[in-house]
Amino acid sequence: MVFPGTNCEHDVVHALDLIGLQPELVFHKETDLTGFDAVVLPGGFAHGDYLRTGAIARFSPIMGAVTAMAATGAPVIGICNGFQVLCEAGLLPGALVANRDLAFICRPVHLRVETSRSALTTGAASGEVLRIPLNSYEGNYVASPETIREMEAADQILVRYCDASGTISDAANPNGSIGNIAGVCNAAGNVAGLMPHPERAVETVLGSTDGIGLLRSIPAFADLVATRP
Amino acid sequence: MTESPPDTAEPAHRQLGMTDDEYESVIAILGREPRPAELAMYSVMWSEHCSYKSSRTHLGRLPSSAPWVVVGPGENAGVVDLGDGWLAALRIESHNHPSFVEPYQGAATGVGGILRDIFTMGARPIAVWDPLRFGPLDEAHNRYLFGGVVSGIAGYGNAVGVPTLGGEVEFADRYAANPLVNVMALGLLRREQLVLSAASGVGNIAVLLGAATGRDGIGGASILASASFDEESGSKRPSVQVGDPFEEKRLIEACLELYDRSLVVGIQDLGAAGISCATSECAANGGMGMDVDLDSVPVREDGMTAGEILMSESQERMLAIVEPAAVADVVAVAEKWEVNASVIGTVTEGGSLRVRQQGELVAELPAASLSDDAPKYDRPLARPGYLDELWAAGLTAAPPGDVAEVLPALLDDPALGDRSWIYQQYDHQLFLNTIIEPGHDGSLLRIKGTDKALAVSTDGNGQRCYLDPRRGASRLVMESALNVAVTGTMPYAVVDNLNFGNPEKPEIMWQFSETIDGMAEACDQLMIPVIGGNVSFYNESAGVDIYPSPVVGMLGFADPMPSSPPRLDRARAAMEIWLVGPRDETDFAASAYSRVIHGRLDGRPAATNPDVGRGVIAAAAGLAHHLPVLHDISSGGIAVALAEIAITSEIGLSIGDVGWSELWSEGPHRFLALCEPGSMPTLEVPTVRIGTMGGTTLDFGRHGAVELSTATGVWRAAIPRRMA
Repeated sequence: MVFPGTNCEHDVVHALDLIGLQPELVFHKETDLTGFDAVVLPGGFAHGDYLRTGAIARFSPIMGAVTAMAATGAPVIGICNGFQVLCEAGLLPGALVANRDLAFICRPVHLRVETSRSALTTGAASGEVLRIPLNSYEGNYVASPETIREMEAADQILVRYCDASGTISDAANPNGSIGNIAGVCNAAGNVAGLMPHPERAVETVLGSTDGIGLLRSIPAFADLVATRP
Repeated sequence: MTESPPDTAEPAHRQLGMTDDEYESVIAILGREPRPAELAMYSVMWSEHCSYKSSRTHLGRLPSSAPWVVVGPGENAGVVDLGDGWLAALRIESHNHPSFVEPYQGAATGVGGILRDIFTMGARPIAVWDPLRFGPLDEAHNRYLFGGVVSGIAGYGNAVGVPTLGGEVEFADRYAANPLVNVMALGLLRREQLVLSAASGVGNIAVLLGAATGRDGIGGASILASASFDEESGSKRPSVQVGDPFEEKRLIEACLELYDRSLVVGIQDLGAAGISCATSECAANGGMGMDVDLDSVPVREDGMTAGEILMSESQERMLAIVEPAAVADVVAVAEKWEVNASVIGTVTEGGSLRVRQQGELVAELPAASLSDDAPKYDRPLARPGYLDELWAAGLTAAPPGDVAEVLPALLDDPALGDRSWIYQQYDHQLFLNTIIEPGHDGSLLRIKGTDKALAVSTDGNGQRCYLDPRRGASRLVMESALNVAVTGTMPYAVVDNLNFGNPEKPEIMWQFSETIDGMAEACDQLMIPVIGGNVSFYNESAGVDIYPSPVVGMLGFADPMPSSPPRLDRARAAMEIWLVGPRDETDFAASAYSRVIHGRLDGRPAATNPDVGRGVIAAAAGLAHHLPVLHDISSGGIAVALAEIAITSEIGLSIGDVGWSELWSEGPHRFLALCEPGSMPTLEVPTVRIGTMGGTTLDFGRHGAVELSTATGVWRAAIPRRMA
């Protein structure tokens, strides 16, 4: 999915190619996603992030088809700015605001996998610690206490910021996100978003391959949906 | 004098920064008094910033040719051949004065401008670097400027979607009232995508792409960039442009699609001097003329005069030269990316640039006269009187001391401490090319789908150049070359940004001329072509000039790249530590040790040695294919280089037979190499084992020791504790 201002689309295509998928870029003015098994909204600054991150992108022509696809149970993934767009479009709970220290953060962080029931974590084990680059100014996840309680009860928290040993702490929270939350999914698990960039952790030469498992979850989850009676 | 403040009683040309002699030349060219718009155009195009009138006499001494140079100095960016149809474009610029007046927008528009220079050539910009200079961080205003510039670079670079791979930074009093914000960009393209700025073909159409033209940035080149600062500089804020990275991102994608579909015959970005510069350069480069209709230029406000529209430096604009049959397709591509496209002119026979507004001819002049007839000054030179005294006074050895006191003091210096506070605000990973990230001697980028890699290092040392500009500049080139070599590449091309004080002072011009000679000498010795550059004069505030501050941007190239390039975090217990290059214990002129520990800036820097320089660079580039850690020795000498390896790899070390002075001396042509026990290859340059990795202490034997945890804490806090 390419909005004007999206900039991680070529990186996501590169990473999905590497794991053997057949990604195609779809421009935001399209309205039809027929023939696609899954959608990824990549990072960047859709529509310049003017007004508010994702606030204009949610009105792009393609978002109708994205919402319809989400309703079928197919994987709809948002990475970084894509996560912000999914929250703004109401497909995921919560919102993302400016980092605690009011500075952009670009560095690898540790993530603890909280559930393997989503379209991003089917291929990961609960408790597994991943090292994945974070790259955002508005990465601070917020939601009301009731929303957080409901999400925890429904197993909708995907990954939390932690230290190298998997411990969740304030010190391991880069941006002030409530409950160290780095990624969430909807109740069905097919719509999933996270702030860190798994596509930046797919080759040893880039410093980590921990993103591969997350990206491989997308086709794995699509197969699960397709074969469900 | 060009630096006197605008005075309404002054003639118009002087208010625009033009001398009486220059005004007479304009009259001679036109055969009459210039119209207001014409005067505006000449004043900007003949400014120091645009015309290089004080520096052109000297720049020709820099070597600029090599078999792999595709485009040399003079175009928007230099271009080199990487083989197999791949080309790289490199360009450096300064945005010093705008960034002092308005740090966030000054730095942001610097990034925007350099990116346009790169994609004007047909290349996708793939990385940016930012060499910076500020006053000391213990003063609040310097912290404000430093913080504002870093967030401006981050705010624009991250949003426009081009990674920033670092740069370098120094802090000194001389930069407090005149900080330096240089910006360098690298682009990658296929040979068939190369586009130049020539407007060929009578009847071809000039299409203005991008943002509307406003009153921002009028006189940026002539008023801000080509005059010294005084107490009224704050009132120059309206001369600073405002950037919109989202507009630029759409402009990049639209232009790259135009090139992919071969829809343009020439293109030029609008930077300094805006439409004046772009139309006249396109026409002059193609040996043509152009008719321009200002009524077709989208403007942000009513009532703009012809001069204002012609001089505006509003950001995010490009001028494309298009065949008439392709105009509709160009407009359609622009619409797809939500970019404005307006037909504003036609390429004509003869060399005349004619500009109309509301049917009236507001300018008619020979297009080439704006660039080719610009004044050229051979300004007087004089060796500064201060040098003899300073040369005689320098340290020749380090007075006795203890590592436990000296090393932490150096690691706490913000120019030597951890710079991650800066580069973690920059997206430095986008495009998945970054193999060696900021924080190392050079950054390393792969070219996906090939075994090729490019390394880049930016280097400057104004204090060393102040003590000896010729030797200082020569050392910069040698150091920068070694920085790309330790990543496993060979130096391939150079761009330079020459930041100097007021060229009307003979001492400053002498510094400039000596710098050119030093740089030319080292580039000749290493056979590296200078493929582009920029000159920034008038870095003077209240009569005080900055240190002569040439900045070198070095491009290294490897094919194939090392399979596992050296990194500072790959040191492990029991690895041997080797010093490669000549031993040295007397080079304290402009050293970090002299500055931080003794508060002095004196002595004469050691000269380079071409044979040793070449040998050490070749040795480093070769070793990088086999060894886990290589690290250039520069500011802070061997001791600080060792500490950086230990801290980054989170492991201690012990050092054997190294003299006290040798720990801190900064002689050229040296680097550290780490290897598994017994595996150091035999080299043709001096090589000596000096220690072993292991433990939790930085142990320098009889010279003292520092706990690794102490060194780490001090080093990591050097910038954050000052900016908190």
